[in-house]
Amino acid sequence: MRYLPLTPEDRASMLATIGAKSVDDFYTDVPEAARLKGKVPGLPDHQGELAVERHLTRLAAKNRSASSGPFFVGAGAYKHHVPATVDMIIQRSEFLTTYTPYQPEIAQGTLQTLFEFQTQVAALTAMDVANASMYDGSTACAEAAVMAARVTRRKKVILSGGLHPHYAAATRLLCEAQGLEVVQLPVAIDGEGELAKAVDGETACVIGQSPNVFGTVTDLSGVADAAHGKGALLVSVFTEAVSLGMVTPPGEMGADIAAGEGQSIGNGLNFGGPYVGLFSVRDKLVRQMPGRLCGETVDADGNRGFVLTLSTREQHIRRDKATSNICTNSGLCALAFTSHMTLLGGKGLKQLAELNHEAAVELADALTSVKGVELLTPRFFNEFAIRTPMDAEAVLAMLDEAGIVGGVRASRLFPGDHLGDVILIAATECTTADDIAAYADALKEII
Amino acid sequence: MTMNSTGRPTAPTSVSAAAIETVSGSRGLLQHEDLLFEIGTPETTGVDLPKPKGLKSRLGGVARKVDTGLPGLSEPQAVRHYMRLSQKNYAIDLGLFPLGSCTMKHNPRLNEKMARLPGFGDIHPLQPQATVQGALELIDELATWLKTLTNMPAVAMSPKAGAHGELCGLLAIRQALIARGDGETRKRMLVPESAHGTNPATAAQCGFIVDEIKANKRGRVDMADLKAKLEKSEDVAGIMLTNPNTCGLFETDIREIADLIHKAGGYFYCDGANFNAIVGRVRPGDLGVDAMHINLHKTFSTPHGGGGPGSGPTVLSEALAPFAPVPFVVKDEDGIFRLVEQVDGEASESFGRMVAFHGQMGMFVRALAYMLSHGADGLKQAAEDAVLNANYIQARLKHVMSPAFDGYCMHEALFSDAFTADGIETIDIAKALIDEGYHPMTMYFPLVVHGAMLIEPTETESKAELDRFCDALESIARRAAQGDDTLKGAPYLAPAKRLDETRAARKPVLKWAAPDASKVAAE
Repeated sequence: MRYLPLTPEDRASMLATIGAKSVDDFYTDVPEAARLKGKVPGLPDHQGELAVERHLTRLAAKNRSASSGPFFVGAGAYKHHVPATVDMIIQRSEFLTTYTPYQPEIAQGTLQTLFEFQTQVAALTAMDVANASMYDGSTACAEAAVMAARVTRRKKVILSGGLHPHYAAATRLLCEAQGLEVVQLPVAIDGEGELAKAVDGETACVIGQSPNVFGTVTDLSGVADAAHGKGALLVSVFTEAVSLGMVTPPGEMGADIAAGEGQSIGNGLNFGGPYVGLFSVRDKLVRQMPGRLCGETVDADGNRGFVLTLSTREQHIRRDKATSNICTNSGLCALAFTSHMTLLGGKGLKQLAELNHEAAVELADALTSVKGVELLTPRFFNEFAIRTPMDAEAVLAMLDEAGIVGGVRASRLFPGDHLGDVILIAATECTTADDIAAYADALKEII
Repeated sequence: MTMNSTGRPTAPTSVSAAAIETVSGSRGLLQHEDLLFEIGTPETTGVDLPKPKGLKSRLGGVARKVDTGLPGLSEPQAVRHYMRLSQKNYAIDLGLFPLGSCTMKHNPRLNEKMARLPGFGDIHPLQPQATVQGALELIDELATWLKTLTNMPAVAMSPKAGAHGELCGLLAIRQALIARGDGETRKRMLVPESAHGTNPATAAQCGFIVDEIKANKRGRVDMADLKAKLEKSEDVAGIMLTNPNTCGLFETDIREIADLIHKAGGYFYCDGANFNAIVGRVRPGDLGVDAMHINLHKTFSTPHGGGGPGSGPTVLSEALAPFAPVPFVVKDEDGIFRLVEQVDGEASESFGRMVAFHGQMGMFVRALAYMLSHGADGLKQAAEDAVLNANYIQARLKHVMSPAFDGYCMHEALFSDAFTADGIETIDIAKALIDEGYHPMTMYFPLVVHGAMLIEPTETESKAELDRFCDALESIARRAAQGDDTLKGAPYLAPAKRLDETRAARKPVLKWAAPDASKVAAE
């Protein structure tokens, strides 16, 4: 076995040092009935690298990769270009094969990148403080809701009708387990503003999303004012981090907590994970945050250094009184995010955002030039919803035959909400003029 | 011309390295590196993007007002920035990483290569299922491995990490209790005091009340205490038990514990963080477990990445399987794989959705590559070697350090600080290991052992590596026993000296801020 360095001679000599006859001696605490007499039945034996590679390559070949043709799927995960340098950096052994930086003297590399990550996320979201990452956007959203309940000592959480339904589901689950009441506003393409009317004196937080799951961008400032007027918090959610380059960020709208998905910057699609949850707050809420925080300090020589800090919020110190149970987060995905962001810089991100927006504008114009296609999203960044005169599933199937992955049918995300003729469509910097033309041409044929 | 056979002359006198000052702040190959914000500018970018056309915006005025101001670096600058920082990290690829309960084993590069195949790395979670049949098949195949290795009938694949898997297990228990009408009354969750902090934190997150059980003198669950806690059992929801436990010991009475908790009307959650000790030799399903998360980033070698991502698939018993979260993969009779994404039909009893999409696919690919490489025979051998290595360390050090408990350990050796002289603490021993070129062991955990030092070598260390490590730790332990005060200043040879954590927490600086211009001028 290529991963096991001990030789039979090593094992014999080590057993002799220990004074044991065989490894079986170490397992005598296992109840007799549970001791396997041999290998676990029903599984193959070990294989060489070539055989494993063959097997997995065969499975991979059954999937259609996003880069293999015109591709327009978004709704929470986005096909962006990741520079080769980013992948090289995250494959460096010193980052890839190390642990959570519990021993700061030999983890300054990880810690400094986390400090830079936190600074970048705070700036991008226009908030005061960001943590060192969550699992993903949906769990960041759920943690924001329960944090708001803790901060306000209230029990009602209100979700907008444009919140990604997976985010809504994850949030509802965690809130209800903690005895919180969750109010879901009706599904709405342009309904984030309704949150302002729904907030009342018992509300812990309202959760709005911009751009929302239908792509609609909304200035939530009015919602923030309404929430604050009633003593509630605004949680501002985003699933497309590139939008932060040009769309009004949570902090500029008065959000108290920003929770979002960072996959778009530095991270591949990976069929949904691993991704990186971004989480940032106002200064006064820092001590109620979930997750790791990296802070600046000095070492014994007085040199600047970084450590994990404010850990009295966390499970390993506070146990059942902790702000969250999170331990492992998305460290390496955060490194991918921060290194891509470093390559982009503020100027590069803005330009990238503009390219995304322009691709979506051109796509929307091309598709709505097809007779019968209606653009449903009033203001958008890089994704939008259209209504077609036919069932969306049928349209997407016919597009698929033409080699085009045309988007997500809204009914997959909202099965009971009569959106059978609605398609959610995203464009990014990867979308070419040819892709757009191919989509519009195919749609013309189909409808 | 003659060959220079003597080489260049070396300096006759030796000077202490500490006395040598450098202008750059670098120390030889260890280069000083400022923060990104001190070296980059907002106008710099390391990517070449096409120029936008200047189309009319459709944002409807919802536009960012203030630029981020974030600096960029050109590509060569960025590469150096991260490479220089990388040099300040210790990593499993550099040496033994004996962090107990974390299972820092070799991370095969084949797994990285496989996860980066476009057919896995470049597919979207919401693209049509007909176009991702290979991905769904892979999830199904990995699920089969996990179910077979644990002898459990079901597995939830979506949990994102170990603690998220705990959440999954407890939410399944909560839903099972609700389904039988006990949701309001059964709120008490028994958790041993030796448990990892995530256990009580998770229980609290699910609305349970934590009731601590004591450990006995042998480092296992105190059965008398457990029985006393179960005497009045109408409010018992279940137990969260780590096995092998956080003391590195197999819970001898585990079958009886399972029976007691079931008889009391509760469920048995097993924390599978230490599955590496028994994988291939013992199946948790044979021990009466109802739910157990499996850290793919521990037992199945997906890289820890400096703190994640992890992956925490959670196996479930017949009793809990109906309540498993969505989504999950089913294989239909025609051989087509299908995602069940909504709570209805065949998932009508599901407790809901924990997360967007389908779990940590990137980790699934790596873990399956690892399992296929090892096979049933290799996994068993890996567990045995992990346990052998830990016992070897315990045997080599038990004369100079204080084993916390008698007898053999499983995959990690636990020592207390009883052997140290007054004034020398566990942290001093840990930091001295850094000077010897090792990552320290887990320190001060589990809480039930004074000054705990938990050493987990894993199976991927050779005997020679273990011997070198034991030689180093043995020497440090002797110095600690003699009260060698120089240990208090360790590490001396690391990229940084001991860091002031109190200062960091007292006045937190959690992001970079531009220096105040007036202060700079005054300096």
